Amino acid sequence: MTAAEIIAAIATAVPGATYQALTSADAAVTPAIGVSRESIVATCRALQAPGLEYVAYSNMTAVDFHPNRSPRFDLVYHLVSPHRRARVRLKVAVEAGESVESLTAVFPGAGWCEREVFDLFGIVFDGHADLRRLMMPEDWDGHPLRKDYPVQLRKDAQTYMPLQVTEEEFKANMERDRYQRQTAPAGKK
Amino acid sequence: MGLETDYEIPVVTTTAEFVIQWARRSAIWPVTFGLACCAIEMMAMASSRYDISRFGAEVFRGSPRQSDLMIIAGRLSRKMAPALRRIYDQMPEPKWVISMGACASCGGVFDNYAIVQGSDQVVPVDVFIPGCPPRPEAVIYGIVQLQKKIAASKLDQTPKVRIA
Repeated sequence: MTAAEIIAAIATAVPGATYQALTSADAAVTPAIGVSRESIVATCRALQAPGLEYVAYSNMTAVDFHPNRSPRFDLVYHLVSPHRRARVRLKVAVEAGESVESLTAVFPGAGWCEREVFDLFGIVFDGHADLRRLMMPEDWDGHPLRKDYPVQLRKDAQTYMPLQVTEEEFKANMERDRYQRQTAPAGKK
Repeated sequence: MGLETDYEIPVVTTTAEFVIQWARRSAIWPVTFGLACCAIEMMAMASSRYDISRFGAEVFRGSPRQSDLMIIAGRLSRKMAPALRRIYDQMPEPKWVISMGACASCGGVFDNYAIVQGSDQVVPVDVFIPGCPPRPEAVIYGIVQLQKKIAASKLDQTPKVRIA
């Protein structure tokens, strides 16, 4: 199925969306479609219709074209149809500061990729339940995979890590374990 | 050290310091802690071909509380630095640190924001081993150098200054 055929199949299901058949070196295996930013979630829903069945979320990443292009980012989604043994690539152009609707409503696993893209590119996903940094420390400043990020950054290494439990919780856990050990039946530790 | 032959059984005299440091340097137990590809060479060093047990340092412990030596084997990322520091803090005194390879010693080829440019920013390092990665012979040489350092150090030496 070529990109134009896929667009023809979903265009009526998603009103208001603009699609664009993109050229790609691997178009025979993975046709590429440009999708407008507002309609990515509706498009992914439409792509699950009978006859298309792109029901598996493969991955999502981003590309930064700074300073050569505006809008500077491309979000690249890969969907798979296991039944039809077909793939599709969706590209969404995003300007810095713009947010994109989260795909977690359609594919819960997409949340991990969105956290990664948020961490490394600074693109915000609306509707994501837990949009924290994934790769970098949580108090990190900046988004390292942006082209204007200073790669050879000099910073002091952080050696302090907050404890996962407070002192009171730690003592309470110790007491609980001791109680369980004392009251456990013989031979069962 | 002296040999006294006046007795029925000959007696060797020495200092407590020598005996204690001999015991410490002859059984350096490293903590099982590998960060990257240098850890593969560290494992090779422990295998029968290179056999670090000839120098008494083959007992890799799974718990830092049973270990004397931490071999920082690989690039230390900024996110890993607090974890490494915590493992170091859990090791009982006396303890030593070997920085293995270019990445652990100075960042190596990873001159970027994500990698700590020298693990001595995080823990006090006793021996730096160059190489990318160092061969097992080089790591064994580093451990022998550490043994010499332990043998030459005093017993009343205060614990190393802790940074951060």
